[in-house]
Amino acid sequence: MGSFSRLFQRMGAVFQRRSLDQSLEAEIASHLEFAIEENLAKGMSPGEARRQAMLRFGGVERAKEEQRVERGLPQIEILAQDLRYSLRTLVRDRGFTVIAVLILGLGIAANIVVFSVVNTILLRPLPFTAPEQLVRVGSVDPKGGMSSATYSADAFDQFQHQNRSFQEVTGYFGFSGSDNFKLTGYGEPVPLSGLPVVENFFHMFGVQPLYGRLFTAEECRKNGPAAVLLSYSFWKRQFSSNRSIVGSAISLNGVPVTVVGVLPETFDFGSVFAPGTKIDAFVPSVLDDIRDDGNTIAIFGRLKPGVTLAEAQSEADVLFPKLYFRLTVANSSGGYTGTLTGLKEFVSGKLRRSLVVLWSAVGLILLIVCVNLSNLLLARAATRSKEFALRKALGAGAGRLVRQTLTESLVLSSGGALLGLVLAWAMITWLAHQGSIALPLLSSLRIDGSVLGWTLGITLLSAVLFGLLPGLRISGTSLMEALNSTGRGGSEARGQDRLRSMLVVSEISLACVLLVGAGLLLRSFLHILDVDMGFRADSAATIKLDFDAIRLDSAGNTSPADRTAFFRDVIGRVQQIPGVEMAGVSDNLPLDRNRSWGIRAKGHEYRKGELQATFVYIVTPGYLRTAGIRLVEGRDFTWSDTATSEKGVIINETVARKLWPGEDPIGRAAQTGSNEKVVIGVVADVRESSAEREPGWQMYLPTSQESPDGAQLVIRSKLPVATLTPSVMAVLRSLNPAQPRVELRPMQELVDRASSPRRFFVLLVAAFAGLGLLLATLGIYGIISYSVTRQTQEIGIRMALGATLGRVQLDVISRTLRLALIGITVGTVASFLTSRLIASLLFGTSASDPLTFAAMIVLLGVVSLLAGYVPARRASRIDPMQALRNT
Amino acid sequence: MAETKLDLLQGTLDLMVLQTLATMGDLHGYGIARRIEQVSGEEILLNQGTIYAALVRLQQRGRIAAEWGTSDNNRKAKFYSITKSGHKQMAIDVAYWRRLAGVMGRVLAMQAEGGE
Repeated sequence: MGSFSRLFQRMGAVFQRRSLDQSLEAEIASHLEFAIEENLAKGMSPGEARRQAMLRFGGVERAKEEQRVERGLPQIEILAQDLRYSLRTLVRDRGFTVIAVLILGLGIAANIVVFSVVNTILLRPLPFTAPEQLVRVGSVDPKGGMSSATYSADAFDQFQHQNRSFQEVTGYFGFSGSDNFKLTGYGEPVPLSGLPVVENFFHMFGVQPLYGRLFTAEECRKNGPAAVLLSYSFWKRQFSSNRSIVGSAISLNGVPVTVVGVLPETFDFGSVFAPGTKIDAFVPSVLDDIRDDGNTIAIFGRLKPGVTLAEAQSEADVLFPKLYFRLTVANSSGGYTGTLTGLKEFVSGKLRRSLVVLWSAVGLILLIVCVNLSNLLLARAATRSKEFALRKALGAGAGRLVRQTLTESLVLSSGGALLGLVLAWAMITWLAHQGSIALPLLSSLRIDGSVLGWTLGITLLSAVLFGLLPGLRISGTSLMEALNSTGRGGSEARGQDRLRSMLVVSEISLACVLLVGAGLLLRSFLHILDVDMGFRADSAATIKLDFDAIRLDSAGNTSPADRTAFFRDVIGRVQQIPGVEMAGVSDNLPLDRNRSWGIRAKGHEYRKGELQATFVYIVTPGYLRTAGIRLVEGRDFTWSDTATSEKGVIINETVARKLWPGEDPIGRAAQTGSNEKVVIGVVADVRESSAEREPGWQMYLPTSQESPDGAQLVIRSKLPVATLTPSVMAVLRSLNPAQPRVELRPMQELVDRASSPRRFFVLLVAAFAGLGLLLATLGIYGIISYSVTRQTQEIGIRMALGATLGRVQLDVISRTLRLALIGITVGTVASFLTSRLIASLLFGTSASDPLTFAAMIVLLGVVSLLAGYVPARRASRIDPMQALRNT
Repeated sequence: MAETKLDLLQGTLDLMVLQTLATMGDLHGYGIARRIEQVSGEEILLNQGTIYAALVRLQQRGRIAAEWGTSDNNRKAKFYSITKSGHKQMAIDVAYWRRLAGVMGRVLAMQAEGGE
């Protein structure tokens, strides 16, 4: 007799329940009749005969239940029964159910959102073919910005041909600015961001075009046919998803370019490689055109199967120092290092800790939610004790009652999960469309299988967490007894009270940990907002200038003089707009794109490592003042600094301090590359990459003497950008009819984008802490008001005996205070331990910052007292006569 | 409860049922329950209802078979009979019980001197 066939029998039994039950009933009936007959034969009265028969038989219902357990798959049947029963009970208790589901929904939603963020950024593999083989090749110097993270075209070629560890190596041009292309022929010129990529870029990442094809080798050669690949979103936005655009020519920067293909929607370059940016189109990167442009290419590779990162790294350690910056220049090797990072690690490694903290925070929230519900259920258990007593009397075992309450919990948490999913879905959809949050992969945020699995997991877990304790209480067994599966324990009100007080205390301490953590992060964030960025983003706006239309020479370059004249016109006219205080142009802006060159004091020999990559900004007179960058000494550029006058450079304080320590740098000779410059001014340091990172070396050169790579017009004005845009656009169009329609962007956007990941975390953690505080408050309120209700009589008697109102209130408040104090004490100790874990995420704030601790403790204390005060007020309004009458 | 009765050890009821059916032939549930009560000299704490769980258990394991029939006094009742596999199982269980009882007896005899 196999256990299989028994299982089938049992499964059958589940479905034939009715007929089997009937058969058993018939059997029991005949059993009783035999017994009655026998008893009558013994000479009992009919009534007595029946009574005795029943007695000997024991509980009929119980016998049925036992038989069912043996016969079928009792688990399923009991579950179905319990489910039906739970639903009935919960529908009857509508108020309770709504509150419970709401609390659970909030808690579970928070967990789903955070898990999906964690899943998207940390857990899910990158959306490329065999992503585990993909590697980022970069340098180790974060201080040099993009120029230190890129390589020259020659170095790229050498690396590509000489390495043995990679199947394939590719790269993209690291310095393409946003809106660097202009599409004409569709009404107003349309700005778009185009990125030059090395020929095999898409091939290596395993990205197939949705329509059309990828670039050919021909298109990547010097003077090859012009080609462009459109991103899905741009194709949809600009060409209304029209497939016939593929193969036809569009006009980019005044040149006809063939649209060779459209990339799939799943390929979002910005979200992986440059969070917070958007790329609309890709063009071939013609390496021969950029050989003289220094470091330009951000390199990525795909490891050969079986080659580990460590093996590839040891090869790179040998290979990179041998690479030439420029093959035609002797001795130009030795400057490179190649640090390999797994692509996933490169994209999201920095965020691991923050996300783990976030994850822990929602874990705490879930705990608080569960504690809260335990409390609610316990309170409810007290009112349902009659029902349970009745069920016990009818022969329900303790285990069965625990199961019943657990089923009820499961129904509640499932309701919460459904609500949570809806809330989370809304939140996730919103987050996925926040282009301004510079978090990688955020755009691919979605509820997928693993998120649903996780949701199921926490739903079950929380049901057990909050259902077990009340279940055990209800069934009248203590935890110990339940485990020993024996008899029954008394459930006195006192024990209940103690238990519920303990729950509230744990809730307060959990909320305390959350609040302190959130407080510390919030304080760090405030510190970051307070950091002197070195420029003033308030009431400044920026707009990208188009200067294609300015006369080009034979090599396709504009002469510095022509360019500067154009900038001077623009600035002069813009400054006449009412409300505009001043304006200036720079090719790059802080916290935006950057590039770095080198600078040294003339005639000084430097040891290796003494010099640092220097961020370079090519600017017009007035830019520094407009951007609010303080001139420390010397002078700003003027319009009389022309191509033929003395070559000047303005340096930041860091460069001044490093190159001319203890001396006055003004008038000193400096060298940038092979050019000699005179230091004409020193300006304050600007934080060029983020508020958190110390400023690096910076220098400013005039547009009249150097080639800017782009032009950002910065305008200082109190007027909102929406008001300014039309008048500024009118000026730009009058000077350059080809100027595409672009919006003025507040400079604050740059600052916000740089701090957006942190803002995102702080907001979420603060929201969770708020939720935790709210739940803890509800918990306190619940337990205190419940105890007041229960003591109505006692209070009535005391008042009848002359206790004053104040006295009664004080008693209730002091009970609250006791709970709050214990909770806060435990929570504070726990916070001291846990805040160490987030120390690395803090900025300008110590992990045991007394102010934060004090503020949060006071907040928690005050809120707790308020929660206790309401029931206390009610207690003091008890009418003694009423209370005594309602006995 | 006037006198304390023996609580049934786990698994003993099944063996009792098998033994009863093996010796008495086909019986209905009430018959089995009464028979066990009589033989045990009313010493067993047995709610007769408990028997039905055991019957279904044995049936599912194929140790006994059941079918509806009519009793001597013309009542409809479900009659149980022991199967071949039931006989086999019984032999195993009986041997086991005998050994266990023997061991228990010997162990308890050690301290039975002067004991009540």
